[in-house]
Amino acid sequence: MADFFAQAFDTSTPLGWSVVTLLKVLGFVVVLLVSLAFILLADRKIWAAVQMRKGPNVVGAFGLLQSFADFLKFVFKEIVIPAGADKIVFVLAPFLSLVLAFVAWAVIPVAPGWVISDLNVGILYLLAMSSLGVYGIILGGWASNSKYPFLGALRSTAQMVSYEVSIGFVIVTVLMLAGTMNLSEIVEAQAGGFWHWYGIALSPITLVMLPMMVVFFISALAETNRPPFDLPEAESELVAGYQVEYSSTLYLLYMIGEYLNIVLMCSMVTILFLGGWNAPIEVAPFNWIPPFFWFAIKVLMVFFMFSMVKAIVPRYRYDQLMRLGWKVFLPLSMGAVILVAAWVVFVQGAAV
Amino acid sequence: MDLAVFLSGAAFYVFASAAIAFAFMVVSARNPVRSVLFLIMTFFSAAGLFVLLGAEFLAMILIMVYVGAVAVLFLFVVMMLDVDFVELRQGFLDYLPLGGLLGFVLAVELIVLGASWRVSEKAADLRQAPMDKDQENLRAFAEVLYTDYAFFLEAAGLVLLVAMIGAIVLTNYHKKGVKRQNISAQVARKAEDGVELVDVKPGQGL
Repeated sequence: MADFFAQAFDTSTPLGWSVVTLLKVLGFVVVLLVSLAFILLADRKIWAAVQMRKGPNVVGAFGLLQSFADFLKFVFKEIVIPAGADKIVFVLAPFLSLVLAFVAWAVIPVAPGWVISDLNVGILYLLAMSSLGVYGIILGGWASNSKYPFLGALRSTAQMVSYEVSIGFVIVTVLMLAGTMNLSEIVEAQAGGFWHWYGIALSPITLVMLPMMVVFFISALAETNRPPFDLPEAESELVAGYQVEYSSTLYLLYMIGEYLNIVLMCSMVTILFLGGWNAPIEVAPFNWIPPFFWFAIKVLMVFFMFSMVKAIVPRYRYDQLMRLGWKVFLPLSMGAVILVAAWVVFVQGAAV
Repeated sequence: MDLAVFLSGAAFYVFASAAIAFAFMVVSARNPVRSVLFLIMTFFSAAGLFVLLGAEFLAMILIMVYVGAVAVLFLFVVMMLDVDFVELRQGFLDYLPLGGLLGFVLAVELIVLGASWRVSEKAADLRQAPMDKDQENLRAFAEVLYTDYAFFLEAAGLVLLVAMIGAIVLTNYHKKGVKRQNISAQVARKAEDGVELVDVKPGQGL
């Protein structure tokens, strides 16, 4: 028996590798889903606090179990599929949304070595998966065979494709500074205190990278259809956008996928600009805290900013949204790429 | 047989047959949106083949560019089309002879080409060229692309730039007499410019 276990957890054999990877995937999924339930509640609580309401406070102590009650409510409702809908695509779209949101997590390193797949092209994988996220929405909107969902889907596609461009350029600046596309190595390149983190580094390059962090953050809001860029589901114009015809479990899948993407974007900000799992100062009380908790704390901080934006900022008009993406962020991030390239070649290169 | 070799062989056949099957579905699907969906699956199978070749960079770029951007635009256009399925099928018999002839000619050409194809003696050596195991896929690409082929890369970039400018010039149409929003003028506007406080005496007016 002990022999069997020794073999089952030996990553050098095919069997052991499969078992260990499967366990890792399971761990990620369980931790993500459970934390998502409370992150969702936190989002609502923060929103409520800004508006001087109490927020969910009935189910469980301080409303802590509200998300689980909502989960049960969604699951026990009836799934309504509109008569004119393309049934297969209609059901497939939310699943696609959820699965794509989950697979992107395969390359996110949450602590040294705590990553499902340490890809060399990790960043490209993330970009590829986030660019696929648009399919869940556009297919859902089209398959509903209804006007408002379709308009919402078109808006959302145009919006996500636009902001992906500036996200790509911002990521290029980080890649050039780190000299690698491997996410773990990007985090390791920022080790040794908060003055090495790309977003707030104590060097002239911060003048470029701090604005880039802000550009990335705002683009992430647009990419995940969060307020103030939630035009695909603007209730005053489109009822609920692409989700109008969805009910029950299918709607739940969309919602989980959306929040997973938001937390993914938070962890991308953390990894690219805030030093990932690194402690801000490598001295006694700070480096006692395990790396995973630093990562989680930073992700939650960024998520807090996501919620505050939702609570404070009014919704953008659609043409202003497009103007911001194409005429402001794109030139800004392209200029930053040129500046950072010059910095890497002439300043860092000259020092070596 | 070694398990890893068997698995990569099996994966090749899965991806290759999936690519062919989905490509067939692209042309046979009735609904154009479904066609685009099958096209996406074909791209995915091709990306899987790239991964098997050890070219993970190409696989990611394929998914990012073709699935993430090109296919989205396809879908965008196809969804807007008002497709009448009855009308689509009406011309089927009229075009059948011409289409059949074209298909026949293409098939003959392919068969002739396949039959007369001779595999070079050196092909096996090329395929078994030792790859540098320590070299990252990405770095290997970059070192060739930005040194030996730097000029071609720049030239391709210029061609794309010209194409992009051409597309914008063709479609950009400024209608005269339409009021447009001037953001900088709006932002520069102050309260003094917009509001004038006038002390109006009663019974006199302005």
